[in-house]
Amino acid sequence: MDVKTSMFPSAYDLKAPKGAEGWQDLYPYYTRFNPARRIEEDGKFWFCNSQHWPTPFKPFDTVMLDFAIKCLGQYNTRHLLIPPANGIDYRILNGYVYFSPVAVAPEDIEARVPIFMERAGHYFMNWDQLLADWKVKVKGAIDELNEINFTALPEKEELEVVTGGVGLDSTNHLFEGYEKSIELCYKIWQYHFEFLNLGYAAYLDFFGFVKEQFPSIPDQAIAKMVQGVDSELFRPDDELKKLAKLAVELGIEGAVNTGDVDAALAAIGAASGGDKWLAQWEEAKDPWFNFTSGNGFYSTDKYWIDHLDIPIGYVRDYIERLKDGDDIMRPTEALLKERDRITAEYRDMMDEDAQEAFDGKLGLARTVFPYVEDHNFYIEHWALGTFWRKMRELSALLSDQGFWPEADGMFYLNRTEVRDVLWDYSQAWAIGTEIHGAGIWPAEIERRAGIVKALQSEPPIPALNNPPEVITEPFTIMLWGITSEAVESWVAADDAGDELRGMAGSPGVVEGIARVLRSPDELSQLQKGEILVTPVTAPSWAPVFGKISAAVTDIGGMMSHAAIVCREYGLPAVTGTGKASTKIKTGMKVRVDGNNGTVEIID
Amino acid sequence: MSNLYTLPFDQINKDDFNRVGGKCASLGDMTGAGVAVPPGYAVTTDAYVAMLDETGLRGELENHLKDIDVEDFDALETAAQAIQVRFRAHFLPASVDQAIRNAYAVMGDGLPVAVRSSATAEDLPDASFAGQQDTYLWVIGADDVIDKVRDCWASLFTARAIAYREKNNIPHIETLMSVAVQKMVNAKAAGVAMTLDPNTGDRTRIVIDAAWGLGETVVSGTVTPDNFVVEKVLEEILDRTVSDKHIELVGDAAKGEAIERPVEVPRNTASSLTDKEVLAVAMLAKSLERQKKCPQDVEWAIDADLPDGENLVALQSRPETIWSQKAKAKSKNPYAMGMASITNTLTNPYAGKVKAK
Repeated sequence: MDVKTSMFPSAYDLKAPKGAEGWQDLYPYYTRFNPARRIEEDGKFWFCNSQHWPTPFKPFDTVMLDFAIKCLGQYNTRHLLIPPANGIDYRILNGYVYFSPVAVAPEDIEARVPIFMERAGHYFMNWDQLLADWKVKVKGAIDELNEINFTALPEKEELEVVTGGVGLDSTNHLFEGYEKSIELCYKIWQYHFEFLNLGYAAYLDFFGFVKEQFPSIPDQAIAKMVQGVDSELFRPDDELKKLAKLAVELGIEGAVNTGDVDAALAAIGAASGGDKWLAQWEEAKDPWFNFTSGNGFYSTDKYWIDHLDIPIGYVRDYIERLKDGDDIMRPTEALLKERDRITAEYRDMMDEDAQEAFDGKLGLARTVFPYVEDHNFYIEHWALGTFWRKMRELSALLSDQGFWPEADGMFYLNRTEVRDVLWDYSQAWAIGTEIHGAGIWPAEIERRAGIVKALQSEPPIPALNNPPEVITEPFTIMLWGITSEAVESWVAADDAGDELRGMAGSPGVVEGIARVLRSPDELSQLQKGEILVTPVTAPSWAPVFGKISAAVTDIGGMMSHAAIVCREYGLPAVTGTGKASTKIKTGMKVRVDGNNGTVEIID
Repeated sequence: MSNLYTLPFDQINKDDFNRVGGKCASLGDMTGAGVAVPPGYAVTTDAYVAMLDETGLRGELENHLKDIDVEDFDALETAAQAIQVRFRAHFLPASVDQAIRNAYAVMGDGLPVAVRSSATAEDLPDASFAGQQDTYLWVIGADDVIDKVRDCWASLFTARAIAYREKNNIPHIETLMSVAVQKMVNAKAAGVAMTLDPNTGDRTRIVIDAAWGLGETVVSGTVTPDNFVVEKVLEEILDRTVSDKHIELVGDAAKGEAIERPVEVPRNTASSLTDKEVLAVAMLAKSLERQKKCPQDVEWAIDADLPDGENLVALQSRPETIWSQKAKAKSKNPYAMGMASITNTLTNPYAGKVKAK
């Protein structure tokens, strides 16, 4: 390659999609490429994180990006002082987010080592207790969020406010509710990263050791040795399966299949034995239906508990499969046996000293790893779901006050603009005049919606500028599957023939018909036995994994959701292909090789 | 029937090792463990000793080997030739002759068999003995079997074997030889499987070479075999390389021997094993490694006469020597543990370790 030509374009050479001109103003200034820093920015490698943010942001939704990135960074940089790695720098470009890990200068690494060892060591030593405390903290934040309520400002303040000498009005409650929601969301994101990178670090240590013993061992084999089978992330799906089984046992499948969710619940209530089913349904709802069909990062996420048609639909699917004679329950016992077999067989091939080291590292990896899987339920599903619900309530309230016609209009404002809107509402209420926003926001929201839509019309380019010679940042490799080879394959993908390369996420080889899905709303299109091809999958897609024969994603490493679930279900998976979902079209016949990480379009 | 001179594979136990040699001991071991092995019997070292003692052969051998100079190739070759002639000059002792005939009759008169040497030294794990791997395939009839048994014995005294023993101070006459007589497999395909990667010593892999017909073409290198790599623990095929296998070795009942014949197009470039068969061979090798507790080099065949699912047989399983020795010799640094190791993992680039394939 010519040294002067970059492998990927510069951020400054990319144009906005047609109709998206002026998109920059939708996002905070600190998220944008900044011409004053161009030399620094062009000198860095940026990869598009379409694993976590596959579609362009609405302005409000950048709250998740801000908090996530800041909180990831604080633990690496300020709490634990991970020797070689600070945080991850980020920029929004054409609505998509680009990441660039910030390395610690080589001369500064050594001084950080003792600090890191003391601090991280404390966490590893006290893991179980700290984690128990963590669950209490997170649960507390969720409870606090649930206590927040947004109500319209009253026509007049209550008499008690006056006679009690309160001296304050209802706007304080409104302001506080909003600020508290944002603050709790921020806290929740800090909790999210409190353990996460440590979990990855211990896993990577185990991983590196096993690789040293067996240089050619497949990554998934190592993951299999550590992976839990009773992760809370699988619980929501398991609850639906249990409900399907119970419906069949009680003989009330007909009632479950009645009309929409309200009709179905009414029919079940009227059916004999239906009360038993309803009791189980109610019990499953809290907390397990705090489960998003997305990944928790978008205001558009649909949580089961707010959309009961989603879980009831899955229950109906499961009933159908039970009737076909499928065994829908996860074979946890067999999985555990398989995990033990794999672990014992690799261990048997090591010498005695290595076996001893292996036991120690495996023990730690297995202690910390459940967090890596379980946190997802607590944070992304349960806590963030609660946050989004509160924000939707606020948006609907402000819509009722005439700020915008659509109930979810608020998400086209950024979180600072929402403060202005609350002020507008409060002062107009106090003065006794009309809000200003009614004449401003409907048109502005429409304009912004048009921009977001235009941004969505173009997929992101996978990266900017030149990658480093070798990509060594451990978390980048593990989470996003960003390796030197993967980056090369993104470039090659354009001119290559019918083969796509990615990470071998889950073993096995399968040929079948592809179904390309770009959003969870399209899940119902999936036919049994098809190969799922998608930019990225989310945990709540679990029910469809019983239906498909393999999964292919654009983005994701060996610990991505698709890889984890496919290993659970024994399906081949290739993750991090870069552009499978654009290259492959629904109906194409493809061959997925989960052993080698390749996908071939056959015809 | 007395087991002095012959011993069926299913009656061989560990105590018989010295009497039946490495190959037969291994076949007996496998048979006893329930591994599918073609039936057969060992002609014991007692038979060999009887041959030496009851025919006067011992004295003749001593005579030829006396004062031999292994540096003198001509003298060595002359002595070796003379010994071969001496072996053929004697009938087997009647009791030995009868025992071999009886044991063969039990297997079925007219049954094609393989006759192979089973030396007490050649298959030892620590001495990849440069002895003779004399193998006679598709032998039919008791007379022929007896001839080949005698040829196997004589193969102890090729020039190469004599020189090897001299150099390694192994006594000549005390080195005993047993012979395996085993039902011939009508091999559809056959080959070898190693429970480690012979190129790297990687124990997570099973590497299989396979070709059409009998496996001798693979062992001798007269055919470029198909090559398969299987992940041992995950039990997944990682790699397949199908080659042009231009010839195959098959039994010719009329001639009473195995003959080479060309493989017709397009079978020559077709895979000699299905994926299912590859995995079956790998699992057979894996179970043998587990049973013998060290990496194995396994000869196997798929018998065209047996039903699908029961047609894979093991012909031989030997400890792998090269990498096993290296592993023992490898000096070891203590492994980093705990925080020190975690810090090291994070600090040292390990892109080579973690990468998309």
